[in-house]
Amino acid sequence: MPVSPKQARTLKHCSWVAFLVVPPVVFMSLFVVYPILSAFAYAFYEWRGLARGDFVGLANFKEVLFGATMAPTVWNAFLHNVYALVALMIVQNGGGFFLAWLLYKEPFGFRFHRIAVFVPVVLSTIIVGFLWKLFLNPNFGIVNQALYTVGLDSWAKPWLGDSSTALGALVLANAWHFVGFPTLVYLAGMQRIPSEIIEAARLDGTTEWQLLRNIVWPLVAPSTTILFTLLFIGAFNWFEIPYVMVGLDGSPFGSTDVLGLVFYRTAFGNQSASIQNFGLGSALATLIFLFIVVFASMLTLWLRRREIQF
Amino acid sequence: MKLTRRILMGAAAGGFLFSAGAAMAQQTELTFWSWRQEDKAFYQDAIKRFQAKEPNISIKFETYAPENYQTILSTALAAGRGPDVIQVRAYGNLETIATPGYLVALDTQNVPELANFPEAALAAETLRSDGKIYAVPFAMQAQLVVYNKKIFQNAGVTPPKTWDELMAVCQALKAKNITPFANGTATAWQNETIVGGLLSSMLGKSFEEDIVSGRANFTDPRFVNALAKLKDVSQYFSPNFTGVDYASSQQLFVAGRAAMFAGGSYEVANFKNQNPTLDLGVFPAPVMKQGDPALIATYYDGGYAVNAKSEKKDAALKFIRYLATPEYGTAFTNVLKNLSPIKGIKIEDPITQEVAKLAENSMSYLMLVRFRYQEPSGSVLLQSNVQKMLASQQTPEQAAAEINKGIATYYKPFQK
Repeated sequence: MPVSPKQARTLKHCSWVAFLVVPPVVFMSLFVVYPILSAFAYAFYEWRGLARGDFVGLANFKEVLFGATMAPTVWNAFLHNVYALVALMIVQNGGGFFLAWLLYKEPFGFRFHRIAVFVPVVLSTIIVGFLWKLFLNPNFGIVNQALYTVGLDSWAKPWLGDSSTALGALVLANAWHFVGFPTLVYLAGMQRIPSEIIEAARLDGTTEWQLLRNIVWPLVAPSTTILFTLLFIGAFNWFEIPYVMVGLDGSPFGSTDVLGLVFYRTAFGNQSASIQNFGLGSALATLIFLFIVVFASMLTLWLRRREIQF
Repeated sequence: MKLTRRILMGAAAGGFLFSAGAAMAQQTELTFWSWRQEDKAFYQDAIKRFQAKEPNISIKFETYAPENYQTILSTALAAGRGPDVIQVRAYGNLETIATPGYLVALDTQNVPELANFPEAALAAETLRSDGKIYAVPFAMQAQLVVYNKKIFQNAGVTPPKTWDELMAVCQALKAKNITPFANGTATAWQNETIVGGLLSSMLGKSFEEDIVSGRANFTDPRFVNALAKLKDVSQYFSPNFTGVDYASSQQLFVAGRAAMFAGGSYEVANFKNQNPTLDLGVFPAPVMKQGDPALIATYYDGGYAVNAKSEKKDAALKFIRYLATPEYGTAFTNVLKNLSPIKGIKIEDPITQEVAKLAENSMSYLMLVRFRYQEPSGSVLLQSNVQKMLASQQTPEQAAAEINKGIATYYKPFQK
């Protein structure tokens, strides 16, 4: 059958599109979609170690959410994730916003500071966690040493060993690590604001606070949307900093336990109770995943609505 | 699924061709997995000695990081692969991989050398559900107190026998500005080793018997009183001990800034490696009153097992039979300074000799040996509740009640 030049062009076009689309689709299905679906399927079985047993329906989900042994740990960890979300929202994203504003005003040496603020983001989380663990060491860490030097002896604490400060210490370490990221995103957002708007406001004699509150903050709303959503996902997947700094058990006595640690302990076992239960682990992972997907989407939709076009 | 199967079949076919090729050369190559990267030289040497007897078997020794070992191993075994010879752990941890049938059951038929092991060592590698042994045990560990002889001498104190003597020693050391115990409680599992090292004699063998038979539970006065004593002595732990983790407390002891370390016998070799000038001794947990038997808490670390899916089981069994000989046990004990459970070995190292002597009078490292089979494991309960108690967030009675409540969720004798 003769092929018209037009058909040939379409064919060529289609095969070109297929050539571009198929490999990533295959890659994604194999390494992203398949593992997620299989984890979902695993959650419906009983497991003896890593050997799959009988189909048990929703029993694993029930145990994770309501079981006498598992549920208290899970909810305790969940509340810590919520705490981390709120605290990081204030310290990390809020701090990022104000740092961005300072950099935006281009003070002396702002080029240096713009880079300096971002440097910790580039470091490996393992290194940051280890570093902060040393800083917070109660006997030779620089945090307590500094407090002794300025005479605030009563403020010195075993930060990571005290159940009232340990989680806060992890949040601060995490904020130190990542504050450069929201700073950069907000800075980019601020630089997108047409300068005439800010100049006009200044001419009208607004105070700095009014300017931030009524002009800058609403106009960087798209940045807030993306940062809030990313932080939400990050806070409920939180694992590295707690793992490095307080260990798999969320030491001391579960006061820093988060869902990521509970998942790891349940599925793979920990150093001193290496009971592996892949069914419960998968059920918990699935629940975390669904929670994040549902709430992150709702959050994004809600935050999008308050963005202003300009 | 299909793809994975194909890859697996490809791998199996590849393995078959490889083994066929190897057979032609009359050479069997075994793989041997371990988490002991630091003992690599020792194992290479042991393999060489084995090959002197069995020149047709060669062995590839591969190690993985201890924190990932169990995950990597069980993933490989679940996929029907894994090494021919496997270093496995003991008790509950062994059950995870023995229950699904990944290991070859051992008895005095296929490994006659098992007759040369103490009962408790074999029990550590026995699956409770079928009563069969699945690995050749390799080391006994003990929880006790390690002390720095030089610091003791300079302070004019001797190893305490009774609890009151221990408190007096601590006081004397503290008066000389020496931290008595290097221990800290920030790392959860350290709390369990501290309990094993300091409280075993006060708990006593009869307490263990009563727990196992169900005559007593963890709200027993023996347990509560021992915890109260621990709370009392914790004033002599390293400064700010609730925030001091395992690594920091080891450093404190190695640097010679603390006199004692309540913990595992495995620490001795480790301390010596970091500071060869240390002159160390060990003593058992202090007794309540003069004349009570002084005990250390012992357990078995793990064993060497054969993969049930291995195509070279005969060669693998030959190798683990070698790992069960007194010749191997002697080398193991003297090179690694860890006590091999094999009977009739000759110990050179004085501290290991001392540990071996103390081990004649011991109780089990209770939670690991008896309560690490179900969730919440006795170890996790003990660790977090002792940690909480030592941080003054709960009383010894509350800690004991919490531990008991957790174990009672699955341990029938406590449910009465």
